[in-house]
Amino acid sequence: MQAVQILINALVLGSLYACIAIGFSLVWGVLNVINLIHGSFIVLGAYLAFGLYQSLHLSPWYAIVVAAPVFFVFGYIVQRLILNRVITAPVLVTLTLTFGLDLILNNAMIYVFTADYRRLTLIPPLGSVSFEGVVVPVDRLIATATALALTGLLYLLLRRSRVGRAIVAVRLDRDAAVLMGVHVPSIYAVAFGLGAALAGCAGVLMALIFPISPLTSSAYLGKAFVVCVLGGLGSVSGALAGGMLLALVESVGSAFFGPAHATTLSFLLLIIFLILRPQGLVGRKGFE
Amino acid sequence: MSRSNIALLVLIACVAALPLFGGAYALRLGTIACMYAVLALSWNVVGGFAGYPSFATAAFFGFGAYCGGVLMGKGFPLWAAAAVAGLLALVSAVALGAVLLRLRGHYFAIASLSLAEVLREVVNNATDLTGGGMGLNIPLASGAGVMAEATFFFYAMWGVMLITALMVIVVANSKLGFALNCIRQNETASSMVGLNTTLAKSIAFGLSACFVSVAGGIYAAWVHYIDPSDVFDILYSVKPIVMALMGGLGSPLGVACGAFMYLGLEEVVWRNYTHIHTGVLGVLIVMLLLFLPHGLSSLRFDRLRRRTKHV
Repeated sequence: MQAVQILINALVLGSLYACIAIGFSLVWGVLNVINLIHGSFIVLGAYLAFGLYQSLHLSPWYAIVVAAPVFFVFGYIVQRLILNRVITAPVLVTLTLTFGLDLILNNAMIYVFTADYRRLTLIPPLGSVSFEGVVVPVDRLIATATALALTGLLYLLLRRSRVGRAIVAVRLDRDAAVLMGVHVPSIYAVAFGLGAALAGCAGVLMALIFPISPLTSSAYLGKAFVVCVLGGLGSVSGALAGGMLLALVESVGSAFFGPAHATTLSFLLLIIFLILRPQGLVGRKGFE
Repeated sequence: MSRSNIALLVLIACVAALPLFGGAYALRLGTIACMYAVLALSWNVVGGFAGYPSFATAAFFGFGAYCGGVLMGKGFPLWAAAAVAGLLALVSAVALGAVLLRLRGHYFAIASLSLAEVLREVVNNATDLTGGGMGLNIPLASGAGVMAEATFFFYAMWGVMLITALMVIVVANSKLGFALNCIRQNETASSMVGLNTTLAKSIAFGLSACFVSVAGGIYAAWVHYIDPSDVFDILYSVKPIVMALMGGLGSPLGVACGAFMYLGLEEVVWRNYTHIHTGVLGVLIVMLLLFLPHGLSSLRFDRLRRRTKHV
């Protein structure tokens, strides 16, 4: 029974990790930019859910509907006004620039919300379901389902819609996409906006389960990194596979070695993957 | 030796005169300035010469601080502890570099970034040796007065800065520097014409780690108390990059000037905007990258008159 419990926990955690990482992976794969603001976007999304629940008593699943467009516009503007100016610059410049933006956003959050940990407690609480000794809280189940739905939505968007095909085209071959009449700067902005929207939604889901504080943004960012490298860049299936693998390793690892070593384990996994298989589980070579 | 390298040595010589003029506060600033210059100059060997975006500075700074701290706790004198920390960092960075430097671009950036995280975890969990999250106390060096000790640590840091600058100048003018320059421009082509790129990159990585680690050891002795979240702070990785970008990537004089300028700005910002200083630092980084991507040294007065379209 304990093994089943660990597996279920890994599944729940894995889908959340995938949700955290998928926007990050999209931005990295399409724009070739490591978006260090991602963690702060997630925390901001969590605060949005918290604020809406406290002031309007709006449940987190409605907060997602608010968060997605707000974050999309925010991301679109940031990309259009700031990042597009240096998008062709070397890695160092884009990386340092997003770090600078993250410092601004994170410091603003600490200033406004303080560094205290807050908790979104639903009234009445949702309780938990148990089946033959395996216990899963309902809020986690809802978060898992929503995370999986969001991933599926993005997959459909990239597969079926016109703008999604354009994003994939720019990711595969920027120059050819330009020749086919794709306006690359606006596709970049849309992709960045989508990344931000997904981060915001992930934040809302996180608020359901974990305590909220600006200090947790770097932890989310670290998870997104690891998931991306494990799964491969820019693809929905990569983020899902990476998220599940990371969650499995963390759950099994902390069951065997104790929770203090979970981070070390995940980073060891990261280093091993970076060296042996930098294109990730399902990724293809070429994005270096 | 080129004019800018002579200017760098003159600048360093001028900094040495600081204790003649300043009090304890000036000495503290001077010590930090020398430390920043060591970090930035060391980073420049990998980031500026070879063009590899290394974020490993924090990892080696923390490594040196803990190595030095633990050794001094066991009764080693400061110079020996710092030297051992530097040598260990050199050896382990060359070995690590042979593996990590096979990665390029973003992947290398992340792998070097995660190095600090891994070391922090290791230090946190090795409670017996390092005190874990409780931090590590380092015995006081001597019973001398406050000013005498401040002067001592200032000159210790200054000496490391001088040696680092000499190392950077020697590397820049040697075959190694030429090789790193080739790697920055086109790594595939340079390995094709018979350059051992892995060896050159690993040596550069090791050299940059070595001096950062020595600076970390001296820092630990200077502040008497270190803890993992302090010395493995990611800002130690980012600040040298900002300094190098500020002064002008690749030129040792520019990088050293960038370090001093950065400290000046940081001090002003820190004192005036305590609550939002990291935010102001962020604004500074963004402005710098958007409007002056080639650093302050690219500001020329003839540019102001006839602005070229693509810098």
